[in-house]
Amino acid sequence: MSDIKIKITDREGVLHEVDAPTDMNMNLMEVVRSYELAPEGTIGICGGMAMCASCQCYVQSDHELPEKSDDEEAMLSEAFFVKENSRLGCQIHITEELDGLEIELAPEEP
Amino acid sequence: MIKTDILIIGAGPTGLFAVFEAGLLQLRCHLIDALPQPGGQCAEIYPKKPIYDIPGFPEILAGELVDNLMEQIKPFQPGFTLGERAETVEKLEDGTFIVTTNKGTEHQAPVVAIAGGLGSFEPRKPMIPNLKQFEDKGVAYMIKEPEMYRNKRVLIAGGGDSALDWAIFLADVASEVTLVHRRNEFRGALDSVEKVQELKNLGKVNLITPAEVVGLEGNKYLEAVTVRKNSKASEDLRIEVDAFIPLFGLSPKLGPIADWGLEIEKNAIKVDNSLDYQTNIPGIYAIGDVNTYPGKLKLILCGFHEATLMCQSAYQRIHPDKKYVMKYTTVGGVTGFDGSKKEAPKAVVKAID
Repeated sequence: MSDIKIKITDREGVLHEVDAPTDMNMNLMEVVRSYELAPEGTIGICGGMAMCASCQCYVQSDHELPEKSDDEEAMLSEAFFVKENSRLGCQIHITEELDGLEIELAPEEP
Repeated sequence: MIKTDILIIGAGPTGLFAVFEAGLLQLRCHLIDALPQPGGQCAEIYPKKPIYDIPGFPEILAGELVDNLMEQIKPFQPGFTLGERAETVEKLEDGTFIVTTNKGTEHQAPVVAIAGGLGSFEPRKPMIPNLKQFEDKGVAYMIKEPEMYRNKRVLIAGGGDSALDWAIFLADVASEVTLVHRRNEFRGALDSVEKVQELKNLGKVNLITPAEVVGLEGNKYLEAVTVRKNSKASEDLRIEVDAFIPLFGLSPKLGPIADWGLEIEKNAIKVDNSLDYQTNIPGIYAIGDVNTYPGKLKLILCGFHEATLMCQSAYQRIHPDKKYVMKYTTVGGVTGFDGSKKEAPKAVVKAID
């Protein structure tokens, strides 16, 4: 199992290409936190339980992602700034199939 | 004026456990929390989620952990100011602090311990351009007095339990209830969803999905809202209402504490972790998820540890002339302020001839 590359555009519009490990049971929200691409306290507030939308991101590449669970669907239905390609970063686990994934962090909620 | 030894801001697990540790030192505590019940995130966000990293509990529901903590601190009779947010702090000449809430409740203590977790939970507000203009003039983010809506036209937005519960309740109070949700599916309790369906069939709740409120209009008070269906402006509905209640859950914010002159880093309060988790203001401590220091881990068990050390330091601050001696509960037992005493049974030793 090796690291994969992910392109993440932060909330300031800055693009970061980061290495994400596939052997640490991490999700996308945790990758963003580990690289401090969003201020602490503004992302992953619920800890990754799809109970807040602080890790919402827009998926820009055409990778095949896991289907949204009911919890994720429900949370996105109440979130702000939601687009067609919105996902919760905490629900996307880092696997080798996601190599080259490109995402943009949604704005912080008002 | 409420007076206590340690005033704890935040009634999450860390704040609650601080009551126990303070109680062992015979210090009394009072807790302030913006939420209407103790437990913080554990009670508000994920009471039914299991936690697996509490020592001694292979698995425990967050809500159960809170219940256990409440049971554990019962002998120390903590006071609570719930549903109010700590707003201001003032240091008096005698070194004590006065903390006043948003509702004007005053508390005085020689030690303040901020155990505010992620901050105070505030309503998530939808992005409608002139929303603020109508706050308290027809727009409310929580229902405090349902009677206010008697014979009024009410529009609720949201798809969770709060939105469903209030739509059901107000169906018998308001003259008109409209429920607007972005999806056809609701994520509330099944019986609540079924009840709303029944009320819709009876014509007592006007259900509009998938749709969202995109505009508000009125002069001094709210008079109507614009509801957009399926993101198509051509299908906008203008609905005359007296009240608009968006119920999109709660979001934590550091809130007024951020203006108390405390050193803040990364949305958290900097503390001296080499000693006692004191902030840059002597006498004010920060424990649990609300603080930061090199190597900080936001875990409940770390908050428990920080609460314990904070209480030792608070004891020395309150009793500078007394020597603190650490005691084990296995030896000294637990003596509550309510007169209760828990201690290990004494072994019966018989003489051997």
